[in-house]
Amino acid sequence: MKRLILLLPLLLFLGIALFLYRGLFLNPQELPSALIDKPLPAFSLPDLKDGQRLISEKDLKGPALVNVWATWCPTCKAEHQMLNRLAKAGVVIHGVNYKDDGAAARQWLQDYLDPYQVNVADPQGSLGINLGVYGAPETFLIDAQGIIRHKYVGAIDEKVWREELAPRYQALLEEKP
Amino acid sequence: MKRLLIACLLGLSLVGMNRAAIDTYQFKDEAERERFRSLTAELRCPKCQNQNIADSNAPIATDLRREIFRMLEEDKSNAEIVDFLVLRYGDFVLYKPPVDTRTYLLWYGPFALLGLGALGLVVLVLRRRKVENNPAQVALSASENQRLQTLLQQNSQDPK
Repeated sequence: MKRLILLLPLLLFLGIALFLYRGLFLNPQELPSALIDKPLPAFSLPDLKDGQRLISEKDLKGPALVNVWATWCPTCKAEHQMLNRLAKAGVVIHGVNYKDDGAAARQWLQDYLDPYQVNVADPQGSLGINLGVYGAPETFLIDAQGIIRHKYVGAIDEKVWREELAPRYQALLEEKP
Repeated sequence: MKRLLIACLLGLSLVGMNRAAIDTYQFKDEAERERFRSLTAELRCPKCQNQNIADSNAPIATDLRREIFRMLEEDKSNAEIVDFLVLRYGDFVLYKPPVDTRTYLLWYGPFALLGLGALGLVVLVLRRRKVENNPAQVALSASENQRLQTLLQQNSQDPK
């Protein structure tokens, strides 16, 4: 018993060391979203394609991916082909055109194809702030009730889709009554 | 030489021009300016992780400064402004994490360790003091004494 007490400092040290060692390999860029399990924030913003039409959070029908993108964002370009492929495969994708020039964004969709069903124009970034966006691209997964269920920061590629998004998207589809 | 000096001075004046994040806000009074200054200094930029909102040049920091200024104009309290950001960006934006179940270890862990160490020290000191005050306890018992004597005798009988 006495021996064990002598070992206590060592065990304590090992515990703390393990804890801190693990911390070395966490990605500090990955912030947990504060909006998980909360509904999409309310907004009323113009449609990117038809500036006269106002879109609200109710027009973003789920289950779907809500992809925050912009033409000034090189990573968005990198992920765009992947989004096209997903859209072709039947995945519902909505877009939030974040702090962008409308004309440039429309041109981009013409040049690189348009995977989005609804595209919200957010030139001031107000919806972006309400969504807690801190850099494009960011992708939210919403369910049929418009509740945000997951968030991914960065470009979506095959691996991210297969490992992180596809299973969750599939689960949301099955959840739908 | 003089030219070189002037060139250097001009060069130096360029340093820092691009570095500081410059916005122009028209504050109502000195108190509001001070609140803006302290709020942007104590909130962390979500994009560039080791800078506060005041220092960061990231577009998102510019937007957040603008939002904070807008809320100050709307006479929101500091707590309301901080809550606004925490609701959207999470506890990450706070340099000082809130005290809740997830952060108890962070806040109180060091004190618990300190307490444990102090307890160990007290136990050690008390035990030693007890021994010093009461040397009879460390004295050998009769059987031990006998064993010592035999060992000593053996030793003196066959010196190596």
